[in-house]
Amino acid sequence: MLRTVLPSLLRRCLLGAPLQELVTACSCSSLQAAGSSSAAQRWGQQQRQQQQRSHAAAFHTSTSTAHGHSSDEDEGAETISVTFVSEKDGSETTVKAPIGKHLLEVAHDNDIELEGACEASLACSTCHVIVEDEEFFHRIPEPTEDELDMLDLAFGLSETSRLGCQVIATKELDGLRVKIPSATRNFYVDGHVPKPH
Amino acid sequence: MLSPLRASVASLVRSSSSCAKQLAVCIVGSGPAGFYTAHQLLKLYGEDVKIDILDRLPTPFGLVRTGVAPDHEDTKNVTNQFTRIAQDPRVNFFGNVNVGRDITLDEIRKLYNAVVLAYGAESDRKLNIPGENSHGVHAAREFVWWYNGHPDQRDLPVDLSRVESVAVCGIGNVALDCARILLRPVSELASTDIARHALKQLQHSKVRQVQLCARRGPVQAACTAKELKELVSMPSIAVHAQPSQLAVSEADQAQMKATRLKRRIYELISNAAVSEKPGASRDLFFQFYRNPAEIIADADNQVQAIRVEKTQLVADPVRGTVAVGTGEYEEYPVQLVLKSIGYKSLPLPGVPFDDRQGVVPNAAGRVLTGVGAAADSIVPGLYVCGWLKRGPTGIIGTNLTDAEETVASMAQDYAMTRQAPTAAVGGAGLQQLLQSRSVAVVDYAAWEQLNAHEVNRGQQQGSVRVKCAAWDELLRAAGVALPHVHAM
Repeated sequence: MLRTVLPSLLRRCLLGAPLQELVTACSCSSLQAAGSSSAAQRWGQQQRQQQQRSHAAAFHTSTSTAHGHSSDEDEGAETISVTFVSEKDGSETTVKAPIGKHLLEVAHDNDIELEGACEASLACSTCHVIVEDEEFFHRIPEPTEDELDMLDLAFGLSETSRLGCQVIATKELDGLRVKIPSATRNFYVDGHVPKPH
Repeated sequence: MLSPLRASVASLVRSSSSCAKQLAVCIVGSGPAGFYTAHQLLKLYGEDVKIDILDRLPTPFGLVRTGVAPDHEDTKNVTNQFTRIAQDPRVNFFGNVNVGRDITLDEIRKLYNAVVLAYGAESDRKLNIPGENSHGVHAAREFVWWYNGHPDQRDLPVDLSRVESVAVCGIGNVALDCARILLRPVSELASTDIARHALKQLQHSKVRQVQLCARRGPVQAACTAKELKELVSMPSIAVHAQPSQLAVSEADQAQMKATRLKRRIYELISNAAVSEKPGASRDLFFQFYRNPAEIIADADNQVQAIRVEKTQLVADPVRGTVAVGTGEYEEYPVQLVLKSIGYKSLPLPGVPFDDRQGVVPNAAGRVLTGVGAAADSIVPGLYVCGWLKRGPTGIIGTNLTDAEETVASMAQDYAMTRQAPTAAVGGAGLQQLLQSRSVAVVDYAAWEQLNAHEVNRGQQQGSVRVKCAAWDELLRAAGVALPHVHAM
């Protein structure tokens, strides 16, 4: 368990993770090392939930995301800074995105809760993100009709919405901030909003 | 309003998990609703949950396997995520287990702390018109199950070598799927996972025309742009729509202005209707404002025509834009009618059911004691997710947020009662009970064996997979004993 905690901890250090997060991660790992694993698990779970991190690789297998490439592969690649904001709880995570990778990949590489049901094949809208800044939005190459057709079905569609799997990290996007929309009750494919009953 | 709720739910989970034993949950149904429910439970409870997912089929994934069209392979990528969930040590799959026949819901509820019903919609809305029971009239669901190798429709009585014209009633994505599978050059289907018996029929098919009958107009169509574009831009299909049927009202224009999706649908149809397709060998006719009124059969009770009533649109304050009959009729000669007017859920004995809406009455996923019951009049420990909860609408991803809501309700309830789960026996108890009844359970390893068998056969035959489409074939390939094979 310690083996998986440490690299994650190191990565967070390198990314300049807030001190609070590091303290949390350190405490979890030291409790684990002390052998009281179930107490550590529960405490760690509480901390994680407070930070609204969906899962930490340290404690149990990720269920929703495929882990992307390890950080070793990206060493040497030029990166930009991208911030993912969770609309659910307002938490923000800033990560390094290798130029050329799309946001869904970047999110999964960093354990960020962004669904990608069709695995970047433009057959769903679960990786929908909202670009916070209009200026940044316009720096992203325009979406194709195919992307727009899928976006039409996304929950919480906005003027600056994009599919994460179609946004490629480029130099011009350094400092990009995207919001991951929270659940809404719009279950209808044709945009109809059901009347409450 | 999930945002503040989720924060309070997280704190409830925090306080209860400090003295909790494991939560044992049983999910009935292994489609997207079931798997996304498991997904949310695993995220929320970590090591403190054990999940058993049941399905009456030996194969998991619900409509992702039996509903998504064979030529939409990418849409099925979500099964990779579902596979990771099923392979998680906290999750067990119990295939070939029929709740109601092999085990009752009451027995399940005694074994688990919570049960989530996610078994979808396996029946259909009816047209309720004369002649509906003629031979050659089928629900689109049955036809889709047939070409997707669902064992319950292996013997669908359809003979495409005797069919030249088909009427499809409805214009949602399922209707488009049916039209496309019937009209697509069959050579393009050979490498897909289409059931071999369907492929064989399509290779001998005489089908040349499909009439897509929609009660209302193009702006009210329920299909989506990607699917429509795919269908109307196929070079081998000539698309027809009468200009009179493409006229739009002011209300329609306003809707198109407001919603890109509606604009796209309208443009795709109207452009396709005037585009030349020199290589086309088959025809697709859009028939808007045409409500099926009667199915006309020959002396052998075989369908030979469909009679439709022309409609016009009226704004209804409650129901929105509705079609009303004009008293004018048309007839199209057809030898096959597919009804694609909506799926419908089936009731499970012992569970309250709203027959009009076709759903289990619920409040945020908590099953209620009856139709119209108050939101706090709940059946404890019983939940619902997916089409059974909200009706047969939406796409695969819609179940993500649906599951989030149901699981949030579960988390609240569990924390509120503060009952350390009475050592719920869960999977061990279920296994014991099923074993004592000689039920041939298909666990995940058995499914993976069946899966490998299908993929290998596919490799040999030049396709993605060759499905086992019969009950005994499925169970044999899964390597389970066949003491009692239940013919459906």
